[in-house]
Amino acid sequence: MSIVKGIIVPGIPHPLLCPEKNEGWTRLREGFEAARKELEECGAERIVIYSTMWPSVIGHQIQADPEPEWVHVDELFHDLGSIPYKFKIDAEFGHSFQAAAEARGLMARTVAYHGFPIDTGSVVALKLLNPDNRMSASIVSSNVYADRAETVVLGKAARDAIEASDLKTAIVVVMTLSNRLFTDYIDPASDHIHSPKDEEWNDKLLEFLGGGRLEDVAQLSRTIQDQIRVHKVVNFKPMWWMSAVMGQHNRYDGAVHAYAPLFGTGGAVVSLTPSNEVAGDKEYDEEDVEVFQGNRTVLGASTDGVQQKPTSESNSQAPTLRTTTTPAAVINTDTAPAPVGAYPHARQEGGLLYLSGVGPRQPGTNAIPGGPIKDENGDALNYDIEAQTEAVIENISKILIASGSSLDEVIDVTAFLVDMDRDFAGYNKVYAKHFTPIGATRTTIAIRALPTPIAVEFKVVARAPKS
Amino acid sequence: MSGSIVAGVLAPHPPHLVYAENPPQNEPTAECGWETLRWGYERLRKDLEGIDYDTLVVLSPHWQTYVGTHFLGVPHFKSLSVDPVFPNLFRFHYELDVDVALAQAICSQAGGAGLVTKMMENPDFRVDYGTIVSCHMTRPQWDKPIVGISSCRATSYYSVEVMQKQAAVLAEATRKAVEESGRRVVLIASNSLSHSHFTTESAVPEDMSKEHIMSHGQHMWDMRAIDLLRKGKTQQFVDEMPEFTSQAISETDAGAFTWMLHALGMPEYEAELYGYGTVIGTGNAVMAWYPEGK
Ligand SMILES: [Fe+2]
Repeated sequence: MSIVKGIIVPGIPHPLLCPEKNEGWTRLREGFEAARKELEECGAERIVIYSTMWPSVIGHQIQADPEPEWVHVDELFHDLGSIPYKFKIDAEFGHSFQAAAEARGLMARTVAYHGFPIDTGSVVALKLLNPDNRMSASIVSSNVYADRAETVVLGKAARDAIEASDLKTAIVVVMTLSNRLFTDYIDPASDHIHSPKDEEWNDKLLEFLGGGRLEDVAQLSRTIQDQIRVHKVVNFKPMWWMSAVMGQHNRYDGAVHAYAPLFGTGGAVVSLTPSNEVAGDKEYDEEDVEVFQGNRTVLGASTDGVQQKPTSESNSQAPTLRTTTTPAAVINTDTAPAPVGAYPHARQEGGLLYLSGVGPRQPGTNAIPGGPIKDENGDALNYDIEAQTEAVIENISKILIASGSSLDEVIDVTAFLVDMDRDFAGYNKVYAKHFTPIGATRTTIAIRALPTPIAVEFKVVARAPKS
Repeated sequence: MSGSIVAGVLAPHPPHLVYAENPPQNEPTAECGWETLRWGYERLRKDLEGIDYDTLVVLSPHWQTYVGTHFLGVPHFKSLSVDPVFPNLFRFHYELDVDVALAQAICSQAGGAGLVTKMMENPDFRVDYGTIVSCHMTRPQWDKPIVGISSCRATSYYSVEVMQKQAAVLAEATRKAVEESGRRVVLIASNSLSHSHFTTESAVPEDMSKEHIMSHGQHMWDMRAIDLLRKGKTQQFVDEMPEFTSQAISETDAGAFTWMLHALGMPEYEAELYGYGTVIGTGNAVMAWYPEGK
């Protein structure tokens, strides 16, 4: 693996522009210098930066101007002076990172425009960690709306792109720990962490990071946001990204090079070196995610009075839907719902058609007529068993028709109900309506659960069409 | 002679409008799009032609300052503004003059009234795209000096209510400074109404078959806001602002609109509505108030 280092740095410009004005800012400047040396010694050839000070709203943006040059001024701390820069950006890597992000279901674009406003945090990081442009650089934005899944997948996309190249790469995250700035100007000498609570949390975070427990910090991100982060443009998600790029574990040698107040916020320079030492199990075990499945396409249709919600496909409980399998003798149809595993809709053996278990989900949309039996949190919902049973029989009929057969040819049915007491009567009524004239044999069984939030499923054997 | 506020303009700043306008200063060019809003701006400009004024005073949500309220304090700026979110649509070469004396006067008044203030005196500073878009759409000749005011992020640190109070103080300071300056000024509140927006972009950005309000709820909020303002119920609108801001995910959280309405003295007369349209799902109204009549 060519990831040789992870570095966390603050993006507020004081350590770059006026380190001499406060002893803590001086320490941070020295911390940057220590991190720079580490990067040099480990032979890092490229740095990939995720900056919380570069917000984006249309997916993620990746810098791809090979030689951006500008005189930067911070919109808040403009009185500290201008920052002229000329960076060396790895545009090729930017494009491959972008492609990797798209391959994982994300929206991403590269930006290569003269005068594009590179954010203060990225400028500070590059000026201090890579002053002579020894390494080539890549910078990615923080999407304002990205949740954990999207941010983790973005990290994995960066990892894909890094793995596909052979440059030794360092991962850099630009962020403060606690982020509450003073709302009035202060005497630099009097700078301190805004509150004791912020300070306690910063200490805790540094204890984790110093112990190399990056994934643990990532898992704590939501709590950190609640405890020590004022809601600004971007919530606290850089640790999700960083841990995902670096492999989602706690096996690092951590070094806290500096920690000091930065206009009330907590600024820290930390380095993480991959190691084989096991730093203990992960604190929590949140669900991992490989591909972003959220749906943000709202251009097509009006959302009719409600804010856009993720579609059922992004429901983390739902199994991944597959395209149907297609060896010989098997039958698949677009008119029935997509399978949730590696199985066909039906298979012919001799004169018989064996159908895979069929539920009520609607082809195409995966909507469940009569409603799902539980929500994303697993809380029970009221549903209509009759509507679900109707939909099951309709799906079976469609598969049989696609197989050249029909519902009239059904010989044997095995029905599965997740709640026999509640649902048998309704199911039985709908069943009778369709199957009384057919006279198939039937067995009804109560089971604990089905793989999607449905209440009923049929397994059917029917006569194949006479060839 | 005492100065006065001769107009207040609600001037939304989606860069898409400048893009669609195809002014020579903008590098990318569009085919068409967002015409109803652009026609609205056209009508606004026609009315402003009939008014004699010296300076545009603009407050923009896209110059975000977490420490106090800042004022452009350099007499002349010339640079390139690239929109950080839509760099494909907006790369604008701007050149503008600043009414530094008036900026300094408002800054001093506001400071005296207890706000944290700062003059921005770094000549390398880049003027934010919100200021540029609103000013360009209001006065594309760029022949009037501007006063550029930042958005103090009181909403993020405290609440919309605190933002409202600070905006009222800033408004009072603005009014006093304008009167003492002898200038005739047009105030510009640079913001949209409802602001929840698409997070995807169509292949052709100006494809109007893809443009619509983000949700019906947002549309209802926008219509309510416009209705109140057109009936002269400005105070009621400002009173409802906290709810409007959270329900419509509005960038009124930046304080620009509240500031302007306070500085105009909470008009009880009707606002002039020049146009309404959506841009990537946000609701935008071009409106104006004329304290001395048109
Ligand atoms: Fe805006």
